[in-house]
Parts: sequence; structure tokens; C-alpha cells
Amino acid sequence: MTPRYRLENVVRRFRQLPSGNTVEVLRVPQLEVQPGEIVAVVGPNGSGKSTLLETMAFLQMPDEGRILLDGCDVWAAGDSVSARRRCPMLLQRTVLFQTSVIRNVLYGLRVRGVGRARALPMATEILRRLRLEGLAHRGHRELSGGERQRVALARLLVLRPDVLVLDEPTAHVDRANAELIDGALRELHRSTNVTVILASHDARQAQGLAHRIVTLDEGRLLADTTDDGRHQA
Amino acid sequence: MQTLVDALRSAVHLIVTLDSNVVEYAGRSLLVAAVSTLLAGLVGIPAGAVIATHEFPGKRVAVTLLNTLLSVPTVVVGLVVYSLIGRSGPLGPAQLLFTVPGIVIGEVLLILPLVTALTVTAVARTDRDVRKTALALGASAGQSHWLVIRESRFGVLAAVIAAFGRVVSEVGVAMILGGNIDHFTRTLTTAIVVNVDMGDFALALALGLVLLAISLGVNVLFQFVQGGGGE
Repeated sequence: MTPRYRLENVVRRFRQLPSGNTVEVLRVPQLEVQPGEIVAVVGPNGSGKSTLLETMAFLQMPDEGRILLDGCDVWAAGDSVSARRRCPMLLQRTVLFQTSVIRNVLYGLRVRGVGRARALPMATEILRRLRLEGLAHRGHRELSGGERQRVALARLLVLRPDVLVLDEPTAHVDRANAELIDGALRELHRSTNVTVILASHDARQAQGLAHRIVTLDEGRLLADTTDDGRHQA
Repeated sequence: MQTLVDALRSAVHLIVTLDSNVVEYAGRSLLVAAVSTLLAGLVGIPAGAVIATHEFPGKRVAVTLLNTLLSVPTVVVGLVVYSLIGRSGPLGPAQLLFTVPGIVIGEVLLILPLVTALTVTAVARTDRDVRKTALALGASAGQSHWLVIRESRFGVLAAVIAAFGRVVSEVGVAMILGGNIDHFTRTLTTAIVVNVDMGDFALALALGLVLLAISLGVNVLFQFVQGGGGE
């Protein structure tokens, strides 16, 4: 079976200011993710989790190596927009647009050219699933931290993507909101078999949700373990 | 003091009775300001957005130049445009000197740096993660840039209002390029100058009050728009 993702010798470097020197922040010799798999990426701050996720969401182009999505080398094919549409990402820092909740949720559908008549019921259904239906017409400033995070997640889930890339989705929310988010992710995975790449500080969340846990430190893959404790090749 | 009170009384009468001169000068000033602001906005807003959202060699120099042009005196802009559209200038054959379109050209050049510089500031101030979030949700590069402009709309609108206010209240460009010709190019500000010279203090004061009312309206709108941005 063709893996959903195949990373081959992916290297990412950043330029340091003000010296202008480049520093290597990620080196992944090989990583495969199968369709429907939930992979948690764990590691300390600065270990390269966000860089790996943004690279897998095609927001950052690797300086070396290839990323194959369903066997297609996305950057070589020059179609990162299509790839980003298949693999939307929840960024670590949640930004809601200066408009209502429902318009935030409709944004991703709108840029894909989905008409309002079709998009509105989809958005309403996702808001209901995340218990946000009463907030549809609230402004983005009128939400609590947990509600903001759920709206940000709703913006992704409404897209019914092949892959979800989530950078610390429950890092800044309370227990009740975290459980709501985990529940919505489980339900979505059960109903659509979506592939999930998830960065987390929360060991409980990583172990509870993921089929595999990938450990990063200083940009290097330290371990790749399945949920029954087996190490991946 | 009595002279001032009498003049004020006469001025109020001229405004209340919609004196034809007051209406004509105010109408021309508003027309010049509206057309100039529209044209400067059509060029300055996209230019400001491009400067703010793209990295290119010389960007810092361009922004510094824009900020410098903010403080250029209006008479200098008037003189430069005069040399271009005057009879012996390269655009002389178009016969734009001492016409309303001639004034508009000068006003556009006066406020273009203002609209562009304030748009650069407004767009650059918009959260950098807005664009990244749009891309992460599947937007194309163009769609993400458009979102950033939309998210900075309160700042951009404030730039437009500030530019409108600058045109309505300036006198140098309108005087030099319009020639202050009655019933043809005379605006509120140039009419005030000429009526003070001619000793018609009541009419000058009436025009001044109208100008003040317009400026007040623009400022109220400015505050309202900035409030909309939550700033």
C-alpha cells in the first residue's frame, strides 16, 4: 500500500539573525505514515516538532530531501496549494479572523470555491459537534480561550480533509475543552479514517489518541514507537 | 470683539440660508477631495499592501522615502506639478493648469505617500500569523494576501479618511494649480484667503466654519473607524 506520507532525508535549516549563519533545525532520514494512522510527535520545546508539522503541512519547503504525499513528490510537482488543501493544519498559535465564528469556519470552504448554500449546513454541523452552535454569530473577541481553540479546530474539521496536522491542539485549554477536542478527533477518525499528525506536550493525550509516537530531540528522530510498544523500522 | 461677533452672526446666516458661494466652494472642495482620495486609494492601497507583504531589495529605503514624503510642504508639491502642467512643461499641451483636474493631479501626488505609508503600517501591523493561518487552511498565496488586507481594513480605511481630510484642508496645491478663479477653481480654503484679502470677513468666517464642520466630520469618522478596529 502506498503510504500517505513518506519523508526521505528531509532537512530544514533556518538563518540566524543577526549573524546570518544557518542552523539545522530538522533532520529526518525516513518517516512513513499510513492512511488512517494517528501519529503523535513528542519532544521538548525547540525539538523541531512545529517545524516537522509545518513541513508535513507544506507550509515550509524542506532545504533537502523529499516529501511524498500518496506517492507524489509535492514540491517537485509544484502544487503545494493542492497539498495544503488536503492537509490543513492547526497552528500552535491560534489566530481567529476578525469576524464571526461562522465566517471563520466557512473560510477554508470559501477558498476552495464551495458555495454558501452547500457550505453553511456543513459549518453548522461541525459547530454542533464541537458544542459551538450557540456561538455561530459571536465575534472572535467574545470567546474564551477554550472556545477559540474549538473554533480553530472546527475550521479544519469542516474541510473533511485526508490529513489533519495539529500543533498542540489542547496546550492552552482546560481539561473539559481538551476532552471535547479529543472526543471530536476520535469521532472524526472513526467516521472518516482521517490521517492525523499531532504534536503534543501532553503524554496522556498522545498515548490516548495515537497509534504511534515519534520522539524528536534537537531536530533528530530519537524513537518511533507503536501503541503496543514496538519500535518502527 | 464686536466685529468678530457681527462676522460670526453673518457667517451663521450665510450657512443657514445656503448662500450660493458657500455651497459652490464647499461642493468643489468635496469633489476635489473625493476624486483625489479615490485615485490615490486605487494606487496607494495596493502599493502599500505589496510593500508590506513582500520582501525585496531596497524595501527599507522605499519605506523611508515614503515617510519623508509625508512632510513635503503642499506648496512644494504645487510648484513641482506646476512645472509639469504649466504652459512650458511636458504636460503643457493638455492645458490642465488652473483647472479642477489640475488641482486633482496635485492633490493625488500630495496624498499618495500618505495613503501608501499608512497602508504599509496597517498591513504590516496585522498579525503575521494571519497569513500563515490562511495558508494552513488551504488559501492560495493571492487569497492569503487578500485576507491580510481585509484583516487590516480598519487601518486602511483610516488612511483613506486621513488623506481626504488632508486634501479638504490644504491651500497650497489648490492655490498654485487652480489659480483661485471664481466659479471655476475656487475651493473653500482658497476662497477664505481671497475673502480675507478683500475684507469680506463674514464670508471668510462662514467658509471657515464649513471647513471646520467638514474636518470635524472627518475626524469623528476617523475615530469611529479606529474604534471599529479595537485600537
